Amino acid sequence: MLLLDWILIVIAGWLILGFAGIGVLRNTAFVARVLFPAGAALGMALAGLAFAGLLGTPETAVLAIGLPDLPFHLRLDGLSAFFLLVIGAISVGVSVFAAGYFRHGEGTPPGLMCLEYHLFLASMALVVLADDAYAFMVMWETMALSSFFLVTANHRVPAIREAGFLYLLIAHIGAIGILLCFGVLQANTGDYTFANMRAQSLSPLWASVAFLLATVGFGAKAGILPLHVWLPEAHPAAPSPVSALMSAVMLKTAIYGLLRVSFDLLGAQQWWWGVLLLAVGLATALYGVVFSAVQTDMKRLLAYSSIENIGLLFVGIGLGVLFNAYGMKALSALALTAALYHALGHAFFKSLLFLATGSVLHSTGERSLGKLGGLMRRMPWVAWLSLVGVLASSGLPPFSGFVSEWLLLQSFLFTTGLPDSFLNMLVPVLAAGIALVAALAGYTMVKFYGVIFLGQPREPKLADAHPASPLERAGLVWLGAGCVLLGLFPVAAIGLIDPVTQLLVGGGIAETVRANGWLLLSPSSPDRASYSPLVFLLVVSVAVLFAAVLVRKFYHGRLRRAPAWDCGYPAQTARMQDTAEGFGQPIRQIFEPFFRMRRELPSPFDAKPHYRVTIEDHFWHWLYLPVARLTAGIARVVGRLQQGRIAIYLLYSFVTLMVLLVVVKS
Amino acid sequence: MSIVGLFAQLLAILLALALAPLLTGWVNQWRAWLQNRRAPGLLQPYRVLHKLFNKESVVAEHATPIFRVAPYIMFGCMALACGIAPTLSTDLPLAPAADAIALVGLFALARVFISLAAMDIGTSFGTLGARREMLIGFLAEPALLMVLFSASLITQSTSLAMIVETLAHQPFAIYPSLAVAGVAFTMVSLAENARVPVDNPATHLELTMIHEALILEYSGRHLALVEWAASLKLFAYSCIGLALFVPWGVAEAGTPLAILFAIPMLVVKLAVGGVLLALIETINAKMRLFRVPEFLATAFLLAVIALLVHVLLGA
Repeated sequence: MLLLDWILIVIAGWLILGFAGIGVLRNTAFVARVLFPAGAALGMALAGLAFAGLLGTPETAVLAIGLPDLPFHLRLDGLSAFFLLVIGAISVGVSVFAAGYFRHGEGTPPGLMCLEYHLFLASMALVVLADDAYAFMVMWETMALSSFFLVTANHRVPAIREAGFLYLLIAHIGAIGILLCFGVLQANTGDYTFANMRAQSLSPLWASVAFLLATVGFGAKAGILPLHVWLPEAHPAAPSPVSALMSAVMLKTAIYGLLRVSFDLLGAQQWWWGVLLLAVGLATALYGVVFSAVQTDMKRLLAYSSIENIGLLFVGIGLGVLFNAYGMKALSALALTAALYHALGHAFFKSLLFLATGSVLHSTGERSLGKLGGLMRRMPWVAWLSLVGVLASSGLPPFSGFVSEWLLLQSFLFTTGLPDSFLNMLVPVLAAGIALVAALAGYTMVKFYGVIFLGQPREPKLADAHPASPLERAGLVWLGAGCVLLGLFPVAAIGLIDPVTQLLVGGGIAETVRANGWLLLSPSSPDRASYSPLVFLLVVSVAVLFAAVLVRKFYHGRLRRAPAWDCGYPAQTARMQDTAEGFGQPIRQIFEPFFRMRRELPSPFDAKPHYRVTIEDHFWHWLYLPVARLTAGIARVVGRLQQGRIAIYLLYSFVTLMVLLVVVKS
Repeated sequence: MSIVGLFAQLLAILLALALAPLLTGWVNQWRAWLQNRRAPGLLQPYRVLHKLFNKESVVAEHATPIFRVAPYIMFGCMALACGIAPTLSTDLPLAPAADAIALVGLFALARVFISLAAMDIGTSFGTLGARREMLIGFLAEPALLMVLFSASLITQSTSLAMIVETLAHQPFAIYPSLAVAGVAFTMVSLAENARVPVDNPATHLELTMIHEALILEYSGRHLALVEWAASLKLFAYSCIGLALFVPWGVAEAGTPLAILFAIPMLVVKLAVGGVLLALIETINAKMRLFRVPEFLATAFLLAVIALLVHVLLGA
């Protein structure tokens, strides 16, 4: 049997588990104890098969389902295998966590939840396997719809329903873009298989049209500016395992689509595509991280951080396109490796952080950062594992986020070699923007972690917070291990990415990297640049150990516990700590033009002083509200036709009939 | 990797650990002299460290382990930073483990841990210090990275050892880009090392302190390690600045004699650098906190201009 057949069996297994959930609609124990762990096992199998697929040769299959004469074409190659690996590996952690998480029935019955969840997983896997536009679109829509129902699991809350509809709307704007893009790509042959699209050579104009449509279509799903507005609404609305899957995996399917269309299906690329992706990516990253830093809801904060990371991915892909357009294969491979590494790393740390917020939410019932604090003592497992996620997310060595940031900055350093003098002047300067985004990400993550897990509890009820269940912890451990391993063994991980870059640009950096030894990550030569996370960790740990031992040996290890000093202020309360608001204040002040802010300040004479600040997205007012107003205006005009009286409607029919008769007659 | 290289590496780290408090003492002494005060002895920082190590550590009741490990991690990070900065020779076995970008990451790691530790106690000053420290950090970090980028573009390498080797080999010429980058680097160093005009290492005035607010709750050996790490950071920054902008005198041939010759050169350069630092601190006033972003944005822009100048003029 081919690998692809086994993968299809796994996907079918997910579907069977999902439909089994319908049979036990309200049996929470069965769904949690049997179905979700079984789904996790299948995810593990999928990750293993995808790993084998990365090393193997491309395989194709035709499934005779769907409409007559329109079978599903499937194909497993390096690119799809890599994204299958992401889906499989992340789903293991999320499913195990979900087994412990969905223990109380809330909103949608657990059996239905199980169906939607596994349908979501299966459709994502099939999206990356699809080899014709028809199968791709069917699976893309299945993915959008199943995730819509997952987002609106708690559909009795009006805000959640609104978030769900916004998500559905933007998902469909994107779907239209993708559909039109495929229409251009098939170049009037009427054959919608990807093999045919690869064979067509479009004129530069039509190729650019297809590329722009793909950027809008996949960008809407990924959350690039200005189509990002659904992310901060939908992610907090969804249950945490769903937010984790959406942010860590579903956004990556959009990245997959962009790579598939712009590199694989389009062939020849133009330099300005790269510049466009770079500009959009950088703007998205900066916008995302600045908004992330001022959020007061922990899941919104993470959602904005996802926007930032998607921006960074676009920057990496843009660099890849730019180098590829000038035929610099090796450098293109370097930039793409950075982007794919970040995609993998982000999948692990963002799912870890979203799941951690789920545990906190379950344990405290609180999502607002201003009412949390000091949870490290209550939930040590979640806190320590989140620390790993936070450090990876801040791009700090020796964790996974730093490796991709390092690779990305290295590829920026090569842009001075571009043949165009204007580009080789401007592009290195964009690296300054990346550096700023990376540094701000650290700020945001310190705020996120410090306010939730450190300090003193800001509310009395936090004393009752209970630790996460063993299954929740197990899921978090799996994802945390991913962050650590990806950070420590970059050379091995780049080996996984190599088949993808070989497929996309016909080059890779794995050979050069391996030639420099497994210990040292060096994309060109060690003289030019090198980084070794293991040695890094070793030296810092040895220094820490020496310091600890020697201090105890020469002096002492005496320790006394006492109340906090705080410059001797006698009356300290937990309310004197910085809130999330306070911690974001410098960012609000420095980046003021980014926000649409409304402040209500108390006057000195208020008996009950009240402070309120609301921060809104400019894009609502610049783009969405005008469109909404225009639509409403047109609807009002059209609405005049409806008078609610039968005589009028009969008149319409009569007039239409007369007009038609006249047209037919003449 | 050679035996001499290994020896030079160990020597560089041990020398940094031993000399860093001396540099702090030297700067303090000059600051006092320039401000018409009687100066503490040159060895005062060592006495302070010894005293603090002898004292018992008082830890707040509800502190988590993060509070207790942060000083050690900060210390370890700074020790590694001193290990990869080409202080004495460029033939360093540790140099390939972390290049200029990793060095920036290393400083960021230390900063994140010490900020988390400050938030851990949950007092008003701790969180305030953490917020301010991260504010300065996120402004200074990209500027530092851009300075290192300019040097990397000139030398076609991000390895600090290679950068210094290439720069030292070139005939004496003033690179316009490096000159601008040098100014930016000085500004970043002042901010990162909590010096006037950004912060005042000698203040405990609640409204203005940044670094001191961060470490307010530390005592005993933890405080000693933080202080030692802070002087290591100053030492590392000084060495990197000297290596980038005044690279002559660093041993390139990894012979014991060359390394022995490099030690007095380093001491002389650091002594001059220390006096300059004291002078800057004396003739400037500490600025308001909300002027600091302007100050650091200027540094960032200067660094970007340095990059542009290099790309435009090729110099």
